Amino acid sequence: MFDLFKLKAEAAGSEVHRFKKDADALQFIRGFLKQEEIQDTPGLYAVWADNALMPKAGTVSFENPGVKFLVTRDSANNAKLGITKMDWGMAETGTVIRNSTSVETRLASSLPEIHIACLETGQILPDLPTILKKIHPHEPSCFSFITGPSRTADIERVLAIGVHGPKRLVILCIDTLESAGQ
Amino acid sequence: MIKEFKQSVDAALQNHNLSDILDRWNYPASRAKAYAGIDIEALRDRIAEIKSTAATKLDALAEQFTQSATAKGAVVFRAKTPQAVLDYITNLCKERNVTRVVKSKSMASEEIHLNSHLAHHGIQADETDLGEWIVQLAKQRPSHMVMPALHLTRQEVSDLFSTAVRRELSHEISELVDVARKELREKFLTAEMGITGANIAVAETGSLVIVTNEGNARLVTTLPPIHVAIVGIEKLIENFEDISPILTALPKSATSQLLTSYVSIITGPIPNTDGTQKELHIILLDNKRTEMARDPKFRQALQCIRCGSCLNVCPVFRLVGGHVFGHIYTGGIGTILTAWFHAWEKTKNLQGLCIGCGTCKEVCPGKVDIPGLLLEMRRRLAAKEGLPFIQKTALQIINNRPIFHAMLRTAALLQKPIVRDGFIRHLPLFLSGLSEHRSLPSIAIVPFREVFKTIKQPASKTKVIFFAGCAIEFVFPEIGEAVVKILNKAGIEVLFPEGQSCCGIPHWGSGAFDLASLAAERNLEHLLRTDATHIITACATCATALKKEWIHVLTEQNKKHLVSKAEDLASKTMMFSEYVHFLLEEKKLLIKDTPEYPTLTYHDSCHARQQGICKTPRSALQKCGYQLKELQEQNACCGMGGAYTIKQPALSMRMLKRKLNNIINTEADYVSAECPGCLIQIRGGLDKLHSKTRAKHPAELILERLR
Repeated sequence: MFDLFKLKAEAAGSEVHRFKKDADALQFIRGFLKQEEIQDTPGLYAVWADNALMPKAGTVSFENPGVKFLVTRDSANNAKLGITKMDWGMAETGTVIRNSTSVETRLASSLPEIHIACLETGQILPDLPTILKKIHPHEPSCFSFITGPSRTADIERVLAIGVHGPKRLVILCIDTLESAGQ
Repeated sequence: MIKEFKQSVDAALQNHNLSDILDRWNYPASRAKAYAGIDIEALRDRIAEIKSTAATKLDALAEQFTQSATAKGAVVFRAKTPQAVLDYITNLCKERNVTRVVKSKSMASEEIHLNSHLAHHGIQADETDLGEWIVQLAKQRPSHMVMPALHLTRQEVSDLFSTAVRRELSHEISELVDVARKELREKFLTAEMGITGANIAVAETGSLVIVTNEGNARLVTTLPPIHVAIVGIEKLIENFEDISPILTALPKSATSQLLTSYVSIITGPIPNTDGTQKELHIILLDNKRTEMARDPKFRQALQCIRCGSCLNVCPVFRLVGGHVFGHIYTGGIGTILTAWFHAWEKTKNLQGLCIGCGTCKEVCPGKVDIPGLLLEMRRRLAAKEGLPFIQKTALQIINNRPIFHAMLRTAALLQKPIVRDGFIRHLPLFLSGLSEHRSLPSIAIVPFREVFKTIKQPASKTKVIFFAGCAIEFVFPEIGEAVVKILNKAGIEVLFPEGQSCCGIPHWGSGAFDLASLAAERNLEHLLRTDATHIITACATCATALKKEWIHVLTEQNKKHLVSKAEDLASKTMMFSEYVHFLLEEKKLLIKDTPEYPTLTYHDSCHARQQGICKTPRSALQKCGYQLKELQEQNACCGMGGAYTIKQPALSMRMLKRKLNNIINTEADYVSAECPGCLIQIRGGLDKLHSKTRAKHPAELILERLR
């Protein structure tokens, strides 16, 4: 299932990485923060929603004041990077799916230029009918399906990336997800 | 065709932007790739079933949706007219002090001219879909349902953006996209209301499904505290699980993607960025959709999921783009929707743009018979207002065989001064346009029925009737002769009932079903009178009449006693290539041994393709030693379309040009098609270009290779 998911996600322009444990994924993110020069300057923040990959809220320290665990429209709009948890993957299209009723998740995954989406490998399901059964809405909710970066072909049908949403979608699949997140 | 409309078509033909872009895209191939591994026919059946069921109970679904969404906390307003929507939104804006609105793409909002209405009330509504924003800045209308600014070049977009941001921008698409990101981000953050459409609305749960690639709908529904969704009631489906087939097909058919970058399924109000609950208003727009659903024929148009695939494959849309359609919805489906949502009078000229090739119908995920509905519009128009005098007289003459045939025989004599090698290459004065890019065939001096008398028939137990049709009778008797000789070689006796006449397709195509049914009636009595096993026709258009449309027009005209006869005839009718393929398989025909193998390319005429007759003629020709070299877009219309070439000569010639290029590129010795109409068009076009490739009917080619 993971192989098909990775194949389709990459075909849609996503970057897919697989890790055994939370700690490995966190290690990757540390490197990523450095590489993208995340710092406490508007435009270069990272917003971290859902306490993704954390055993408890805010328990992982990055010693980087640019990492904001308080996700607001202001911090998200000034962030280069947004990190969220995802609930499911959909193999047939390489899509990640999240109950994004909480506004923090929506802000962190839609305003920054880069979105890191954390997903438990075992939550990759085969197809749309299977996903729709999982998300049948009984109460007010918003479910977001994300397949690759934001794109447009509205000018001369030439593909351009990142018109309103993230220019990069980086999916981290973690085999044994220890943290519950939110 | 009125003068202004003709001028707008001519002007559109001068603009190559859109057709060049669609050409570069190669939509059919990329669509096929997106659907790889999917049983597309089963999927289309499922969607058609879901949407047609919904169309029969729109009111009940709207009621159910209202209850479900209201229970979740949304405010639902059912609007009968566009004005009701405009008033609702304007009042809401005034009550909540809204002066800035951001919108994601909504054709329903275009349909009601929302932006200009809001502007009139001092409310600034900005489109955020890149294409819609471009169109808004250009003060134009969308030219395509899915890609609204497809008619504009990057240079034109750069000029528009430069004016909007008051600095000179480059023509780089990536830079233009970055400018849009920055400019529109400000608007998202400051807007007090977000307006969206919806691709699907689920009655069971009150959910809205919103599909985008840019991510603008996510921002429109997240940042402003009020969300208003305008939803045409044809977007309603009953069950949540039924989202699946529609959402599976929509992106594949629209943009050849497995799934769009973003899909949001929103049910009820969700939290705002300040912790409050969002105010969610859902407006269900009727605007004559209920009336449309009550019409047993046009209800089908509500199965449209607005993917725009019909536009991408339409040979006419590819040439003229969206603006000649004069309104919001473009192309064939747009003509139908405009007739119902706005006014039938607006579409009087538009329905004549359809050449009836049927490609749109074959790709439509909702299985809407767009050409059939356009023909139905023509039929209703003809029934209501009558056909123009000249057209009606012409069709009546065609229906009167002795007079029609006598006229053609006279014309055969009169044309002598302008005929060279069987072609009319130049016509005088106002008729010159007809022979500008394509030589016209001359009328045969000896019609087929006279030729037939000279071919002695073998007495045989196996007898078939040959239905010639007008083109073989008077333009290409040699094709009829070849057919008869081939059948004779297989030991078959051919019968030619003299009472046979025009198949009635010209009448049918003009919407004159009364005249078409008369043609069917007169032919039936002659064709069903003998002990022949089959009726063979070598014309794909006549075959359509005999196999399908006679039953259709007789049913429509309430001639029930004749329908079963027409069905009997239909079951016995075969295209020449189908029958000859069978004879070759049965080794009833022997093929010459020769060292040469001529090359051949094959054009699928629309009427043959619609019957699924594509493989058999190729296979029969290959069995006879022709080497097949497929041409690009082998199944695209050649632009003949019967009377279309006379009514829409400019469009017809542009379609022909494309076809000729593709044929010539194969460098084949022959091009073949089992339709005399296509042969008139292609043979005449090749003659004008002095091409070495010769256009021949399969019967002529096969006869040459038989012992």
